[in-house]
Amino acid sequence: MGIVSPGFQGRPRSQEPTLPPGQYLTEDFPVLSAGPTPRVSLDTWEFVISVENGTERRWSWQELMALPQETPTVDIHCVTRWSKLGTTWQGVSLDTLLDGVDTGAHYALAHSYGGYTTNVPLDDLRGGRAWVAHTFDGKPLAPEHGGPARLLVPHLYFWKSAKWVRGIRLKTMDQPGFWETAGYHDYGDPWREQRYQGD
Amino acid sequence: MTERAVAEGTERPAPNRWQVGRLVERRVETRSAQTLVLEVPDWPGHLPGQHVDLRLTAPDGYQAARSYSIAGPVVDGPAGPRIEVTVQRVPDGEVSPYLIDVFGVGDPVEVRGPLGGWFIWRPEQTAPVQLLGGGSGVVPLMAMIRARRVAGSKVPFRLLYSVRTPADLIYGDELRRRARDDFGLDVAYVYTREAPEGWRGEPHRIGLADVNTHGWPPDLEPLTYVCGPTGFVETVADLLVGLGHPSRRVKTERFGPTG
Ligand SMILES: Cc1cc2nc3c(=O)[nH]c(=O)nc-3n(C[C@H](O)[C@H](O)[C@H](O)COP(=O)(O)OP(=O)(O)OC[C@H]3O[C@@H](n4cnc5c(N)ncnc54)[C@H](O)[C@@H]3O)c2cc1C
Repeated sequence: MGIVSPGFQGRPRSQEPTLPPGQYLTEDFPVLSAGPTPRVSLDTWEFVISVENGTERRWSWQELMALPQETPTVDIHCVTRWSKLGTTWQGVSLDTLLDGVDTGAHYALAHSYGGYTTNVPLDDLRGGRAWVAHTFDGKPLAPEHGGPARLLVPHLYFWKSAKWVRGIRLKTMDQPGFWETAGYHDYGDPWREQRYQGD
Repeated sequence: MTERAVAEGTERPAPNRWQVGRLVERRVETRSAQTLVLEVPDWPGHLPGQHVDLRLTAPDGYQAARSYSIAGPVVDGPAGPRIEVTVQRVPDGEVSPYLIDVFGVGDPVEVRGPLGGWFIWRPEQTAPVQLLGGGSGVVPLMAMIRARRVAGSKVPFRLLYSVRTPADLIYGDELRRRARDDFGLDVAYVYTREAPEGWRGEPHRIGLADVNTHGWPPDLEPLTYVCGPTGFVETVADLLVGLGHPSRRVKTERFGPTG
């Protein structure tokens, strides 16, 4: 426990659901990004998995839509301390996209239209825990929330769920991404409050 | 998590920890914003644009933390370094009303920082700078203006500051003074609800003409910093890209959930 702040009670919180430490509940959908919102046309959109040996697999928008779709309902946790419970998405599981990809890599670096990057251990993208999501709450994902498609990795802080995702690079060495190089934690487990380097 | 190999050659900032700071002074800026001067004995220094997290603890152990931009360069106090933050009251908020109404001079608060390694301006940079702030989004931009002055930088700066009414201007007097005394700094305002006597035009939300008139043209290759509520930042960043500023030279910081 920290030092007590004289006169601070906090918000009434009897019926609050269980949230990761330091998080509070929001009904809004806040927007946080480091620059302008990229506008990406579906005609030229693609998702590319590049493997450490240089081979690539690509999907156009039509090809992505033709893959088996899933509709996960998940809780999301932003490092700026808001959490949102029971959000519904539609997208393609990374298990589907990685199926048949021959790799010995342990790390993935997601990269986005607009230049954003974030690193995630490859295992964390497998096992039904990650999607390329294009629909939120039954509607096409809005550009400010990462549309046309974003990565969705809800068991990690939300900066790992790269907006405007364009692909993932599989890597044998971990390479920190945009916020990780700016002092954020490499892994980002909300339940262990891994916000910044050294947490 | 298993042991992880990290690629070499990536510069990493040193981790920082919670430490105890103390309120040493408070200044009223507007009817809803105050500047808090905190003494933080082990403060490691910071760059303009960075923020701190402040953490409050209730007697039952409950904690709430929020981010606040650092308003200017660190100053020396008798018992160690001091930093300033400017807090705008969010009426139904949990932390900002406490910081403004209850937190008293001498009281302790946990501080972590400096945080944020992207929305920063380095005084050795030479590109012209355009700053666009909405409401309390002016705080990290003011940190840049103050750091420019302290460093004796001659880099041309333009600030375009959007506020509801003249009474809501944070740092109003200082900005007037600096626009007069700091060579190469221009300051312009947009009023969204009520304009002062003699201001040209009607109150309005920031638009293309404002950004075009008071910013730098893209061929000067300025660095741009946009900070404020989400709606403001989205609008302004889209206008800048529309005017031809490359996205990678437009840095944004969004305060708070909705515009
Ligand atoms: C990097 C960063 C820097 C920041 N710097 C500053 C700063 O310099 N000065 C400053 O005053 N604030 C700043 N903020 C915002 C600050 O962290 C808090 O969000 C703000 O003080 C509200 O906290 P609260 O606990 O009072 O309100 P909460 O209890 O968090 O929220 C109460 C209600 O207000 C809404 N709300 C929350 N925040 C805002 C907001 N900013 N505007 C409008 N509605 C809101 C919520 O949705 C909720 O309905 C910064 C935020 C970030 C991420």
